[in-house]
Amino acid sequence: MPEPLLEIKNLKVHFPTDDGLVKAVDGVNLTLYPGQTLGVVGESGSGKSVTWLTVMGLVTKKEAIIEGEILFRGQDLLKLPVDELRNIRGSKMGMVFQDPMSSLHPFFKVGDQIVEAIRAHQRMSKREAMDLAIDMLRRVGIPRPEERARQYPHEFSGGMRQRAMIAMALVLNPDVLIADEPTTALDVTVQAQILDLIDRLEQEFNAAVVIITHDLGVVAEHADDILVMYAGKPVEFGERRDIYYGAHHPYTWGLLQSIARLDEAERERLRPIRGLPPSLIFVPPGCAFHPRCPYAFDRCSKESPELIPENGHHASACFLPLADKERIFKEEVLQRS
Amino acid sequence: MIRYIIRRTLWIFLVLVIVTGLTFVIFYVLPVANPALLIAGRNPTPALVHQIEVNLGLNHPAWYQYLTYMKHLVLGDQYGWPGFGFSYTNLVSVKSQMYSRLSVTLSLTVGAAVLWLLMGIPIGIVSALRRRSWADRAGMLFALFGVSVPIFWLGLLMLYFFWFKLGIACSSGYAPIFNSPGNFGPYGLASWACHLAMPWAALAVGYAAFYARMVRGNLLETMNEDYIRTARAKGLPERRVVFKHGLRGALTPVVTMFGMDVAFLLGGAVITEVTFNLPGIGLLAYQGILNENLPIIQGTVLLAAFFIVFANLLVDIVYAYLDPRVRYT
Ligand SMILES: Nc1ncnc2c1ncn2[C@@H]1O[C@H](COP(=O)(O)OP(=O)(O)OP(=O)(O)O)[C@@H](O)[C@H]1O
Ligand code: SF4
Ligand SMILES: [Mg+2]
Repeated sequence: MPEPLLEIKNLKVHFPTDDGLVKAVDGVNLTLYPGQTLGVVGESGSGKSVTWLTVMGLVTKKEAIIEGEILFRGQDLLKLPVDELRNIRGSKMGMVFQDPMSSLHPFFKVGDQIVEAIRAHQRMSKREAMDLAIDMLRRVGIPRPEERARQYPHEFSGGMRQRAMIAMALVLNPDVLIADEPTTALDVTVQAQILDLIDRLEQEFNAAVVIITHDLGVVAEHADDILVMYAGKPVEFGERRDIYYGAHHPYTWGLLQSIARLDEAERERLRPIRGLPPSLIFVPPGCAFHPRCPYAFDRCSKESPELIPENGHHASACFLPLADKERIFKEEVLQRS
Repeated sequence: MIRYIIRRTLWIFLVLVIVTGLTFVIFYVLPVANPALLIAGRNPTPALVHQIEVNLGLNHPAWYQYLTYMKHLVLGDQYGWPGFGFSYTNLVSVKSQMYSRLSVTLSLTVGAAVLWLLMGIPIGIVSALRRRSWADRAGMLFALFGVSVPIFWLGLLMLYFFWFKLGIACSSGYAPIFNSPGNFGPYGLASWACHLAMPWAALAVGYAAFYARMVRGNLLETMNEDYIRTARAKGLPERRVVFKHGLRGALTPVVTMFGMDVAFLLGGAVITEVTFNLPGIGLLAYQGILNENLPIIQGTVLLAAFFIVFANLLVDIVYAYLDPRVRYT
């Protein structure tokens, strides 16, 4: 096993609000290795973004109560002084956001925005930095990059803007690229291009990549491992094939079935899983999924299941016996999807 | 862009024609004293009044008078171009009166504008960045005071305390920088500033309060934008995130506001000028209205309208320069 790049240990991020304590992230553990691609999946509000924004230091102790450890190459980011964390952010870890329309500053030229990212971390003349930025724009597949660098974001299409964002995040050759729903705001045809681009760049830069999505379909071809989150907690973790060919958690089953249904004409009307995600202030006791779970039994509303490895490192947080999980998956999930 | 500017300039002319027309109509619809009576002095004979009416052209119908006015405006009159006519009360050219008073209004407006920017913007920034701190509360309390307090009340209060009670301020009225032609000494400048200090402050408080609120609101909104998160994700120092990325977004709308506010005041800061007895455009207009002196009213209204429409054009051009998404065709 190589040295882990990033270890998250029992991370909790709670926001005090006027309505109560929002437990956005409530006990996340995971390890990321160099070159690994991790898919993080869950419905809206499951704490995916907050987890990774906290890793980036973009959610801070000013606004939230943060517990646990985030070890980057063995160094706890949560204990790092602001300036040192800032140095890591953007150079060792880059992040791409959901909406490329609003993620670039509308008043500055695209090239200048990338130059700024470079010069925040490296002593380099503007000229050299611009050459590097243009080179990077070329590598993410933007045609005529010299010309494009002098344009403003509104002169770019959505897909091109997302490419520019990726160029900005990767320009300093970071160890980790975090892509938070990088394709959600884009056209279907462009989505595949962006995911392929991330795949290719991952090889070129040998970075670890985290792809956050609410759609298991998005990471089906791209992720090595998949983490499924529900109500701020990981509920299932496994290699890609563990999840797609033998998921253990009823919530993951629901997500899997919703991909299949997406092919049908009536995708607009369908909610992937019946019921609504829970409030993060009043999280249901026991297994947080039990009010929506078709397989729930007595114990589920009383005790809270731990994320326990069952086959190698395929782990799920559910009280159903392993045999039942395998049987239900084969009989009900595979058949219907 | 050039075509846009030309089109807008034509619009400006149209607006000014409409404004003069409206002023004329209002003046002729409202019951006002006969200007000839004003000039004729006490116990005029009907013959004298008639003679004056003929001299002023008042014996002609209103539309004819309007056309004459417009003709003088466009082609000039005996006082040169543009022809604004002469005042009915002292028979002095309106143009020369407005010209001499413009320097007063300009001094007042520019000084106050500098002051309100220097107060409003920093207060707004600090309030937004330190939200809910005591500094924010103090700033917003000031803003509440500033937007609610009437200028004349504040002005009179200042005059009472600083001039009458404490005797540390210059009196009301105006002291030009150039006391006599060519005499520009430190005394001229000091006395100019001293006489304007209270008017500046009184006029600036309300605007400063308004700008503080606006900057605070804009900055709070901007700091929630996705592009601010991107700037932080790049690892920029927080100072740069706020002052480059945040302020650029937050202050751009303020530029528009500022241009219009200054233009509005250049057309006459009436209340401030009346309160502090500053002989500016506003005081001129005020007196013109009191005396039902049409040429003065017409001239000052036109000047104010010109400042506003011109500033409007200027602000739009500047905005297009500041926000690359805006393009005019
Ligand atoms: N600054 C904050 N203050 C209060 N609550 C917050 C804050 N940031 C996030 N939250 C809450 O934390 C919860 C988890 O948010 P998060 O953005 O991580 O969800 P997500 O899984 O990324 O969902 P989505 O698919 O909608 O992006 C949400 O309910 C959100 O309202
Ligand atoms: S623990 Fe119970 S409620 Fe939770 S997922 Fe498993 S069966 Fe469903
Ligand atoms: Mg999210």
